Amino acid sequence: MMAPAVFLLLVWMLVPLSMTLFFSFKKYLPLRGGDLGWVGFENYIRFVTSSSFWPSVQATLTIVGGVLLITVVLGILLALLLDQPMWGQGVVRILVIAPFFVMPTVSALVWKNMFMDPVNGLLAHLWKFFGFAPYEWLSQASLFSVTLIVSWQWLPFATLILLTAIQSLDREQLEAAEIDGAPALAKFFHIILPHLGQAVTIVILIQTIFLLSIFAEIFVTTQGSFGTKTLTYLIFQRVLESQNVGLGSAGGVYAIILANIVAIFLMRIVGKNLDK
Amino acid sequence: MAHIVLEKVEKNFSGVTVIPPLDLEIEDGEFVVFVGPSGCGKSTLLRLIAGLEDVTDGTISINGKDSTSVPPAKRGLAMVFQSYALYPHMTVRKNIGFPLRMAKMDKSEQVRRVEQAAAVLNLTDYLDRRPSQLSGGQRQRVAIGRAIVREPAAFLFDEPLSNLDAALRVGMRLEISGLHKRLKTTMIYVTHDQVEAMTMADKIVVLHDGRIEQVGSPLELYRAPRNLFVAGFIGSPKMNFIEGTKAEKFGAHTIGIRSEHITPSPTEGLWKGQVGLSEHLGSDTFLHIQMEEHNDPITVRSGGDVDMHHGDTIYLTPDANYIYRFDDRGLRIT
Repeated sequence: MMAPAVFLLLVWMLVPLSMTLFFSFKKYLPLRGGDLGWVGFENYIRFVTSSSFWPSVQATLTIVGGVLLITVVLGILLALLLDQPMWGQGVVRILVIAPFFVMPTVSALVWKNMFMDPVNGLLAHLWKFFGFAPYEWLSQASLFSVTLIVSWQWLPFATLILLTAIQSLDREQLEAAEIDGAPALAKFFHIILPHLGQAVTIVILIQTIFLLSIFAEIFVTTQGSFGTKTLTYLIFQRVLESQNVGLGSAGGVYAIILANIVAIFLMRIVGKNLDK
Repeated sequence: MAHIVLEKVEKNFSGVTVIPPLDLEIEDGEFVVFVGPSGCGKSTLLRLIAGLEDVTDGTISINGKDSTSVPPAKRGLAMVFQSYALYPHMTVRKNIGFPLRMAKMDKSEQVRRVEQAAAVLNLTDYLDRRPSQLSGGQRQRVAIGRAIVREPAAFLFDEPLSNLDAALRVGMRLEISGLHKRLKTTMIYVTHDQVEAMTMADKIVVLHDGRIEQVGSPLELYRAPRNLFVAGFIGSPKMNFIEGTKAEKFGAHTIGIRSEHITPSPTEGLWKGQVGLSEHLGSDTFLHIQMEEHNDPITVRSGGDVDMHHGDTIYLTPDANYIYRFDDRGLRIT
């Protein structure tokens, strides 16, 4: 019964994976001679010894870590805010979720041209209004800017999951804490935050998997310059800009390994959390 | 120790009156039970006293001090919730110690009080477990422990036994009563179960649609109900009510008679009926008797060895001293 679906999934996954593995052991330069034969692990060694490898790993981790920090912290605060009964709750919630529906390419373009542009951007106008020289976001604070754009996209996701988690909190627990003499901050740290632990781990797990592969935001804004070259972007450059398929494939294999390490690590945390 | 006085306390929820103006006095050291059918406002009343809900109008004073707008934590009351409301990520020790921690009490004093409470409630072996690893009765005890460590002026219980099975409920009922005897602290207890009310209370407050129907000791309510509602609510099985010509003979719109005050006989009596269902409890037998010209069957308590069967004709004689007469507004005629 399941065989056709399993077969389809396997083909879907295994064909690209085995092709990546296949090319990673070859010297394959499509515009400079094509297939130049087997080279063993040379591509793997060249990829990690290249001067752009470690900076790219660092950039990837900085962006992922930064986005996780911003989305989780702001997500919790926003969720707490949205949990309060207020007028127009439905509309406000839809507005908060809206950024998630904007395509990454589009949102990066909007941020690049409408907000961060040093001449016409809204932020430039704001800076000028207060008498400062416009800040060149994407060149002077490129990593932070990219982190900001990606955070804006993922904040709704975090907020949504955390909001549902907050809503599942037993109100009697909060009332008991109230009677036990817990002030608002203590209630947050002793009751609400521990209750959110599980949801936060899930947000971190899912976001990490997607954030490791962000590409459009960098492609549209800085094109990998000013220290925003992530591992994904480096692989893209190796394959398409340097036309070195073998080297790029080796990088792809590294990326698969990295993603799996993160996934195993996070699965364990989630597993532990779910046991409680 | 607390003496709680409610004066003209009123509560509306977005225009709907849940509790019309109500006066109530709770003496120091009393075990007061609020009892009534679901939706009668008994939990709301408790939450008003706790401070979890704000009164729409009126005043609540605790020990002579107006506490109407005092926040819950400052009222010196402790509450045990229906769902226990234990903090799931904390151990039993931390759960019980939470109010002390919030009060920034001295560490060694905290430890002393938690261990003392645990000893009182037989929880010493479970102090390092989490609530999810405890049984229902143990969770209940942790919730009570969290209340007693604060040494509150009064305990508030919101249907604390409704999530336990029947056998455990009887046990916990005795434990709570024992706790009250030992601590001599005011306790206010909300329940819909009149058996709990009868067995535990010093004073029962019968509520119906937010109004107090009657206040009194369990036996007062049982022997001298003020109206039809109280007569029907207190006592198990329910009091039998008879209307129509049979009642008019006694000069009342409705008469009420408890099952134990009717003598059944196979040969002679005042009323004639037919045996319907009979419930044999061993010590007692409850006979449900279908009377002529009367729709609801009448419950009669009889000895355990009664020899009557479905369909038999039976005659009933009520004990004239125990016939309660009610007028057409449901008030008892005395």
